[in-house]
Amino acid sequence: MTDKSMTTIDQQQQYEQEKRKQEMKQQVITFALMIIFTIVAFGMVMAELPKLFVIPIMLILAAVQVGFQLYYFMHMSHKGHEMPSMMFYGGVFAAFLTILALVVLVWW
Amino acid sequence: MSTLVANEKKGFGSTIWDYLTTVDHKKIAILYLIAGGFFFLLGGLEALAIRVQLIKPMNDFVSAGFYNELITMHGTTMIFLAAMPLIFAFMNAVVPLQIGARDVAFPFLNSLGFWLFLFGGILLNVGWFTGGAADAGWTAYTPLSTTSPGHGVDYYVLGLQISGAGTLMGGINFLVTIINMRAPGMTYMRMPLFTWTAFVASALILFAFPALTVGLFLMMFDRMFDSVFFDAAMGGNSVIWQHLFWIFGHPEVYILILPAFGIFSEIIATFSKKRLFGYTAMVFATVLIGFLGFMVWAHHMFTVGMGPAANSIFAVATMAIAVPTGIKIFNWLFTLWGGNIQINTAMLWALGFIPSFTIGGMTGVMLAAASADYQYHDTYFVIAHFHYVIVGGVVFGLLAGTHYFWPKMFGTILDETLGKITFWLFFIGFHMTFFIQHFLGLMGMPRRYWVFLEGQGLDLGNLISSIGAFLMGIATIILLINVVKTSVKNEKVGADPWDARTLEWAIPSPPPFYNFKQLPLVRGLDPLWIEKTEGRKGMTPAEPLGDIHMPNNSFLPFIMSVGFFIAGLGFIYQKDNLAWLSAVFIGMGIALGCMLVRSLKDDLGYHIHKEDLQKEAKE
Repeated sequence: MTDKSMTTIDQQQQYEQEKRKQEMKQQVITFALMIIFTIVAFGMVMAELPKLFVIPIMLILAAVQVGFQLYYFMHMSHKGHEMPSMMFYGGVFAAFLTILALVVLVWW
Repeated sequence: MSTLVANEKKGFGSTIWDYLTTVDHKKIAILYLIAGGFFFLLGGLEALAIRVQLIKPMNDFVSAGFYNELITMHGTTMIFLAAMPLIFAFMNAVVPLQIGARDVAFPFLNSLGFWLFLFGGILLNVGWFTGGAADAGWTAYTPLSTTSPGHGVDYYVLGLQISGAGTLMGGINFLVTIINMRAPGMTYMRMPLFTWTAFVASALILFAFPALTVGLFLMMFDRMFDSVFFDAAMGGNSVIWQHLFWIFGHPEVYILILPAFGIFSEIIATFSKKRLFGYTAMVFATVLIGFLGFMVWAHHMFTVGMGPAANSIFAVATMAIAVPTGIKIFNWLFTLWGGNIQINTAMLWALGFIPSFTIGGMTGVMLAAASADYQYHDTYFVIAHFHYVIVGGVVFGLLAGTHYFWPKMFGTILDETLGKITFWLFFIGFHMTFFIQHFLGLMGMPRRYWVFLEGQGLDLGNLISSIGAFLMGIATIILLINVVKTSVKNEKVGADPWDARTLEWAIPSPPPFYNFKQLPLVRGLDPLWIEKTEGRKGMTPAEPLGDIHMPNNSFLPFIMSVGFFIAGLGFIYQKDNLAWLSAVFIGMGIALGCMLVRSLKDDLGYHIHKEDLQKEAKE
């Protein structure tokens, strides 16, 4: 084994370590954020703020949390997840249209 | 290892045990074929009873109540317990082979899916023996279904819930299999069209079945636990059931027809000795049909009173589906054009399908015209339309697939003469039965009525229709004789009896239990054909010979399904007597216990060693 290839392997390792460190940091941050979001949601309900304000905010917080979950904990941002994310967004799109049409048809 | 030796001759008992515990996709395919075939015969008998009742005016062959059960169970059985599993039979038998895989992604789940379907189907039919089967129509519209006395509809709800769970598992399994387990070189745009249609149908199953699950749960609570989701008097809304049912129900018809399209595409290309015309357009049309299929459900409900705006939107969306379907029809015709056409039984079904299905598609566009639909709604015109697409499309496809894939599944070719007799009898009988029903419908004969009056111009049409139904019955009996005759004769054929194009024909018929000794290298669309034109005998391997990892058989899926079956009975009868709740607990206990065992026990499978494979090759 030559020196040159040694250095490439070292570089590779270093790069991967760096990347893992980065990821760990992101995971910790998102985890903290998710806990904060949950506390905020509970807090809003306990503070008895007006419903019209609380419900949309809570839905938004929930949607962001789902995103965090998928991208930082289930690694959907990584390579090789194109098909799952396509199915996922396809499903969300179909479900959104269907539910929208259903709600409009039944209750409008 | 003696695993290869164990594959030799076995006693009857051990064969049964083998099938009860199997996780091999090829054996599960055979199980689906047998179970689906059985329910097909059952549904067919129900259809014959319906046609006997309608053979003459004011007939009293069956009572009105029993007639309701017959039509309900005919529809439910044919869609959920015959067509769906038969589609799954061919998907199981062929898709892993077509993409060059050794099995599906989740063999255990595959087996669980089958047993859940079977026990759900049995539960649906238990009602016949315990005071009446479901009688609210296969669509089970509320409030008719929620107020139907007795336990018939309860069997419908629980039976469909259990078998639906099995179907959902099957769908997910095939999605993962097709995405993850394609052989080296098998890109998406090199997949055979049957695999593509199975893929899109599986995606539809994944997105559509949850709507049915939700609807069935709501109905279960309405019927068994006194909730009022569908009770307008208590602030519920009975139309929601119709929406939920058709949000599922419309994609369901594409789940059925798309794989049939796939089978025809394989057959037409093989027996025209040409590659499929417009492959990319076919794939595009398949995906587009799958997508559009979700936004058309309300065309089943034009007369509900959704208003002109909603009706127009759904009418236009529905008519749009005629475009990709038309693309397909033309592509099949262009594949035939200039081809070296060989006409055998499988090809006859494919050729018979094209005009039959086109008629069904045409009446489909007629029905999609919302204003005209007020005239057709709930008449025999609708019956004629959907039998033209489901029998002329799906059943023809399944019968074509039976003849085409039989050598791959069993190693023998079904008798051609008997096959052709079956085709002609069935084809003529089918058109006799249903063509005349268009006109009966236009004359105003409503569907689901158990008698009609004399002298209203309906007598002759109904007589012709009933005679046609008997021709189809005779054709089916001849098909059964054909199956028995071929199995008894047991004349084995080679790996590639049709001189076909796709991967499944590159391995022996029936394939060894590990499918491919070495995974094949795919170099284009119709991979086997490419190798043949370049003078090679088989596929070029993509890997050296090595150990093959195989899953272990398991009896858990069977027990788990039995558990759900018992729990289902418990849910139905706890309405009469709370003591039946114990059956719920026992059944769910069995099912959950099996899940626990499955989760805690490591089952790593076994390896077929390289040396055994080499030894086998020498023999």
